[in-house]
Amino acid sequence: MNQHTSQHESVYDGLVEDHGDVSGQWAFGTSFEDPLAGVDTTMPEGVDGADLAAYCLGLGDDALVLSHRLSQWCSRAPDLEDDIAIANIALDLLGQARLLLARAAAADPAVVPVLPEGSPAPDEDRLAFFREAGELRCTRLVELEHGDFAHLVVRLLLFSTARLALLHRLAGTRDPVLAAIGAKGATEVTYHRDYAARWVVTLARGTEESRRRLLAALDELAPWHPEQLDTHPVATRLAESGAGVDPAATAEEVEGVLAQVLEEARCPWPEAPRRGGVRGRTGRDGMHTEALGRLLAEMQVVARAHPLGRW
Amino acid sequence: MSTSTDEARLEEQFEAVIARHERIEPRDWMPEGYRRTLVRQVAQHAHSEIIGMQPEGAWLTRAPSLRRKAVLLAKVQDEAGHGLYLYSACETLGVSRAELTRMLIDGRQKYSSIFNYPTLSYADVGTIGWLVDGAAICNQVPLCRTSYGPYGRAMIRVCKEESFHQRQGYELLMTMMSGTDEQRAMVQESVDRFWWPALMMFGPPDDASPNTARSLAWGIKRNTNDELRQKFVDMTVPQAERLGVTLPDPDLRWNEERGAHDFGQPDWDELTRVISGAGPCNAERIAHRRRAHEDGAWVREAASAFARATKEPGRDRAQVEQAPGSSLRDPDGRVETR
Repeated sequence: MNQHTSQHESVYDGLVEDHGDVSGQWAFGTSFEDPLAGVDTTMPEGVDGADLAAYCLGLGDDALVLSHRLSQWCSRAPDLEDDIAIANIALDLLGQARLLLARAAAADPAVVPVLPEGSPAPDEDRLAFFREAGELRCTRLVELEHGDFAHLVVRLLLFSTARLALLHRLAGTRDPVLAAIGAKGATEVTYHRDYAARWVVTLARGTEESRRRLLAALDELAPWHPEQLDTHPVATRLAESGAGVDPAATAEEVEGVLAQVLEEARCPWPEAPRRGGVRGRTGRDGMHTEALGRLLAEMQVVARAHPLGRW
Repeated sequence: MSTSTDEARLEEQFEAVIARHERIEPRDWMPEGYRRTLVRQVAQHAHSEIIGMQPEGAWLTRAPSLRRKAVLLAKVQDEAGHGLYLYSACETLGVSRAELTRMLIDGRQKYSSIFNYPTLSYADVGTIGWLVDGAAICNQVPLCRTSYGPYGRAMIRVCKEESFHQRQGYELLMTMMSGTDEQRAMVQESVDRFWWPALMMFGPPDDASPNTARSLAWGIKRNTNDELRQKFVDMTVPQAERLGVTLPDPDLRWNEERGAHDFGQPDWDELTRVISGAGPCNAERIAHRRRAHEDGAWVREAASAFARATKEPGRDRAQVEQAPGSSLRDPDGRVETR
């Protein structure tokens, strides 16, 4: 970690802090539940720093942007129990984003935006709040404007199914931080996927109205799903060096889980072509939807107005 | 005549429990006025938690650091949790969450007037934690000893969490005060806007508070509005000094004789206007809540329909796990009371 972080609560505190006193004061906690004391933050040998950074940015941006979308649901859920559950999921993803962005900065400091001299912003905040849309590496699925509750649970199902398969495999890779994030994140995302799957089945088999909405959400979102499983040169190289997972390797498992949920929901997978990119480029290449720029305009507004601010 | 004798005997027992500072529990006999007063107060409290999610939640998408975003998200989530405990406490008095929600969005029940003020800068997130949660704690700590058991027990948990929120808010302001001049100005401007509304959170002065005497006699309230307001001012002044902000009251000074601070009076006409619906954000807060409730109706209906379908043997042979929480809910989202 560089000097910026020392002026701020370290991002790794979430992995090692003792939850005995402080977080017990919260109803639901603010960060990770299982402390992973003594996480090794050295770079594994033979892994390209720029590749590792790009890979971490992709996974970190997915979590950051979906967490943001979920937080927009706050105080709008169908019931208080769901408000609490959605906030919980948003918090988990935010925690993953913080760790992954910090890891990206450590792997390749060149990815971190330069701020005026004296800015106390830690690297992960510079990455979250001071990059342009074209510098983000999230898939386009997570950026889309949110719709109704069916849209929320279908997107969450598609996302968490793909992410869980990836996190499970990351737990066994060579980068100690990614491995720790994989192990910790898998526990969290198991719950996210379960929450989404239960609601998908419930809505699909609830009322005519809920089924109609669920099918509409599936029609809208399914064409964005394949991008999550696309292979990418960065992922291929990292997978070869044992420090990452190629999402294409998870495709069979992911499609299997989705087929199982949809069968339970008695819904067919929509026959629609996948969404194209721009000259072959999609989210992981920095080519996004129009929605991402608007999202960032809101997310970054306070931080950018005060680049020297302390928060 | 025997009924009224029974009633007199029950009332005597009830008064004896109150006199001994013991708890009244849901199955105990209680005077109708006591029950009504409690429903009004606990529901108002629950509604305040739920409406209170809006002014701060509005900054979730603009929080300027990932850590602050997480802290704010956890706080707003806590408020939803507090709303849940309090609605549950209220349900032990025989009113469902669905009915209470309807009374809130129809304007038949109130919530804390403070949430009818807008949040205009990120400093407001800190100021709400420090002053608004601080005032709420002053109001609520004595309620841990309130005479109605479920309410008192809910308040113990709520207060513990609120005090953590207050510390977080104060810590945000402290951090901002150590930042740039613009940030310091932002904090002062926020405190200027929230100071008087925070004082109004204790309600009208004692001589204009029609419900206070009865609530004190029943042990529902433990202190008068003015006593609590004084306590809050005395607690807050040294914190403001340490923070380096000026509280916007020219009459605020230490009174050696009283051993307390003298302070100016809030604009009580403003409080009356805000309570009667003419505050800066009343209409928006209720409209937001109504929209969320109405937008969620089809989801709640789907959950109950699915729960019914999967419960009936033979009708649906697939054994599917139930919808999240659906077994406890009726179509209006009411949670059955255990």
